[in-house]
Amino acid sequence: MTTTVAAPAITAKERPGDRVFSTLTVVASSLILAVLAAVAIFLVAQSMPAFVAESDDFKGDATNFWSYVGPLVFGTVWSAALAMIFAVPLAIGVALFITHFAPRRIAQGLGYVVDLLAAVPSVVFGLWGIGVLAPALQPYYANLTEWFGWFPLFAGPVSGTGRTILTVAIVLAVMVLPIITAISREVFLQTPRLHEEAALALGATRWEMIRMAVLPFGRPGVISGAMLGLGRALGETMAVAMVLSPATIISFALVQSQNPTTIAANIALNFPEAHDVGVNILIATGLILFVITLGVNSIARYIVGRRKAFSGAN
Amino acid sequence: MTMTTTKAPATAMPNALTSGKLPKYSPLWLLAGAFALSIAIFAVVDAAGGEAFNWAGMAVLAVVLFCVLIWLISRLVEGGRKATDRLVTALVSSAFAIALVPLISVTYTVIVKGVARFDLSFFTESMRNVVGAGGGALHAIVGTLLITGMATLISVPIGLLTAIYLVEYGRGRLARGVTFFVDVMTGIPSIVAGLFAFALFALLFDDPGIRFGFGGAVALSVLMIPVVVRSSEEMLKLVPNELREAALALGVPKYLTVLKVVLPTSIAGIITGVMISIARVIGETAPLLIIAGFTASMNYNLFAERMMTLPVFVYNQYASQGTDAQAYLDRAWTGALTLILIVALLNIIARLVAKFLAPKGLR
Amino acid sequence: MSKRIEVNDLNVYYSSFLAVEGVSLTIEPRTVTAFIGPSGCGKSTFLRTLNRMHEVIPGARVEGEVLIDGNNLYGAGVDPVLVRRQVGMVFQRPNPFPTMSIGDNVLAGAKLNNKRMSKSEGDDLIEKSLRGANLWNEVKDRLHMPGSGLSGGQQQRLCIARAIAVNPEIILMDEPCSALDPISTLAIEDLIEEMKQEFTIVIVTHNMQQASRVSDRTAFFNIAGTGKPGKLIEYDDTTTMFSNPSVQATEDYVSGRFG
Repeated sequence: MTTTVAAPAITAKERPGDRVFSTLTVVASSLILAVLAAVAIFLVAQSMPAFVAESDDFKGDATNFWSYVGPLVFGTVWSAALAMIFAVPLAIGVALFITHFAPRRIAQGLGYVVDLLAAVPSVVFGLWGIGVLAPALQPYYANLTEWFGWFPLFAGPVSGTGRTILTVAIVLAVMVLPIITAISREVFLQTPRLHEEAALALGATRWEMIRMAVLPFGRPGVISGAMLGLGRALGETMAVAMVLSPATIISFALVQSQNPTTIAANIALNFPEAHDVGVNILIATGLILFVITLGVNSIARYIVGRRKAFSGAN
Repeated sequence: MTMTTTKAPATAMPNALTSGKLPKYSPLWLLAGAFALSIAIFAVVDAAGGEAFNWAGMAVLAVVLFCVLIWLISRLVEGGRKATDRLVTALVSSAFAIALVPLISVTYTVIVKGVARFDLSFFTESMRNVVGAGGGALHAIVGTLLITGMATLISVPIGLLTAIYLVEYGRGRLARGVTFFVDVMTGIPSIVAGLFAFALFALLFDDPGIRFGFGGAVALSVLMIPVVVRSSEEMLKLVPNELREAALALGVPKYLTVLKVVLPTSIAGIITGVMISIARVIGETAPLLIIAGFTASMNYNLFAERMMTLPVFVYNQYASQGTDAQAYLDRAWTGALTLILIVALLNIIARLVAKFLAPKGLR
Repeated sequence: MSKRIEVNDLNVYYSSFLAVEGVSLTIEPRTVTAFIGPSGCGKSTFLRTLNRMHEVIPGARVEGEVLIDGNNLYGAGVDPVLVRRQVGMVFQRPNPFPTMSIGDNVLAGAKLNNKRMSKSEGDDLIEKSLRGANLWNEVKDRLHMPGSGLSGGQQQRLCIARAIAVNPEIILMDEPCSALDPISTLAIEDLIEEMKQEFTIVIVTHNMQQASRVSDRTAFFNIAGTGKPGKLIEYDDTTTMFSNPSVQATEDYVSGRFG
């Protein structure tokens, strides 16, 4: 060892290695901000021509950009909302099962099983949705219109292929299920043990304990998980593009062959053939989608942020 | 103690605390009974109508039957509160069973339909000059590996350095801004990432029809960076502060403390996170459809010409079926199977890394 | 090769909160000095200012000066890294590096600084340091095993070996025995007794018997109430402090009437 007795030699305040390394990390962090700014700037720049496009630049009978994007926004929100109706209760049930009902030894394994769903690429879900789910559901859709056709949601004529917005919503629900489940599971597990034991000590059954201790504690987590899932459902492209039989309409009917399509699916289907201002129009719809998901995710983050106990990311 | 006498002497040694409880395995027996009943009903109805046996309907009826039965029986024997508890247990368990249905269905279908073309030529040939049957996905597999590899090369340094900044250096406004915007980035829809890469390079090279592999890598990086940042950040935070202090107290500069103590301690978790983020983007279709495009030929050059990738291959085979539709569908399913196998492999490697590289005795 | 520490009117802040106020004391070379006092009185905080470890905590800063053989630790341009090489530290809980073997842990100070060292040099340093920490006989056959496999007391002595391998002048110990059983504690106390031949040792302890057993001089810190800064109440020879302190609070504390 060298003797560093010569104490007055202490002079260098910051070492070059330290400076280089910390600068590198700052540069990388700033790069992320730059990328995000670039995303916004380039999308806006490429969208500009769309807002002033002539009516014959649009496919279908839209006269300006807003009448073009309107049905798409409706389809995006409607399909995602339907998916949430299926996914949220199911995800809460699955999360409760894994955290509080399944035997302790296998609970973690069951968690992995649900996570496996998240590992399936969306294009595979698309293939499955059109190859398996749609044909399997079609007969039930026929029954649905037959028996409940008087109810506007199930009005006929029924789709002959099953490629309806209801099928899409089910596929989307399957895709966002692992996201909501993972976050719900995490918050349910974080319920203070003392609260649970306090409830049990009062003579509560398991369900009463969950209602008294687990659900109130986990509510913000479940809500933010649902919002993140919603963000994913809004932006999902391939499953919708492949399964849905699209039209440019605004309709609440669930099982017809004329379905409102989504922004993302519309881009995927039309982009390869788009040219000139058509490209700009599609990019502009992407910008709208970006703004919508940004809003939904910000709300989710805000809810998560109020409770610092866990990180909602992935 | 005295209360035992007030109970009906049902057993030899009556216990005041055991009143009204269903035997331990009664729910399982009841479930079996409900299924048997449901099978019987559907067998009769379907046979009478001359239809095929309806498995889905049978299962739904059985579960509904079970829920109703267990609630009724428990209410009679155990009382209302316990009955509600049993009903919720039944409902929650069925929720899990329902969640398994698509997983099993997807796995089963992909394997059954995918093995048809899971042969040598699928992995050794491209689709060049192939019409109808034959051909393979080599060009798509190569493209996927190149683009995902490039995306990893871009994302890991940026993501890891950012995570280090946030955990080890970040204070004040920049750190809060980065944290917030990484969260925002997590929520970017994949197709928007594709549009961004397209908009960027179309303006940069002044080519309104631009398609090339590197653009796909950039688009995937936009999706991958936030995942890498988040998971690495979590892992770095798990390193106990005591280790940092121990190193600093030995007179080690901060950057060496980070490089030689913090990173090695958390490297298993970081690699796991990177593998999982790769698994997440390797199945992305939409952005590659837009910026990398599709082609039937091999292309080893990331910086020129369209480049096929496996997910886009699957979509393309399905979307543009030729006259021999079955051949296209078979290739699509085999592509899907390959994709799932790659994702599964990445996940398994990630778990193994986590298991074998983790420092012993920590936590 | 040990040095005198001189502290002049030192104030320690966490952001705007004044944690320790107006401490002045002198610590002679080759002595053991114990800091005692109730929890939260700033003795650990003060200890960490002696090798600039407190500034690892965001917002922490000091006023005043700490002189080690006349050199101010807080002078302009002083590199905390070099300070810490001269003033080693042992922490409350044993913290060997989990990714390193026992031998590598001892060499950590050198290795982490990218210092080149031949194999034999390294082996010599490992043996010397482990002997210095009374651990050599227990671990000499498993130097390549992970350090986290040792018992708590052994781990703590490994950490001491790691600290003395850097060849410091002064060793600070922040409640080094609080996470250990009585037998391991005794081993460490014996070690401190031997180490004082070579090093200046400053130890923070909650255990008054320990202070009276190991130290030559004792400093008593106290706090007027929560939110108030900690202060040095009395500093004297250990025997005086425990038999005949001049301040009433010290007597109350060492006789177990509070704290």
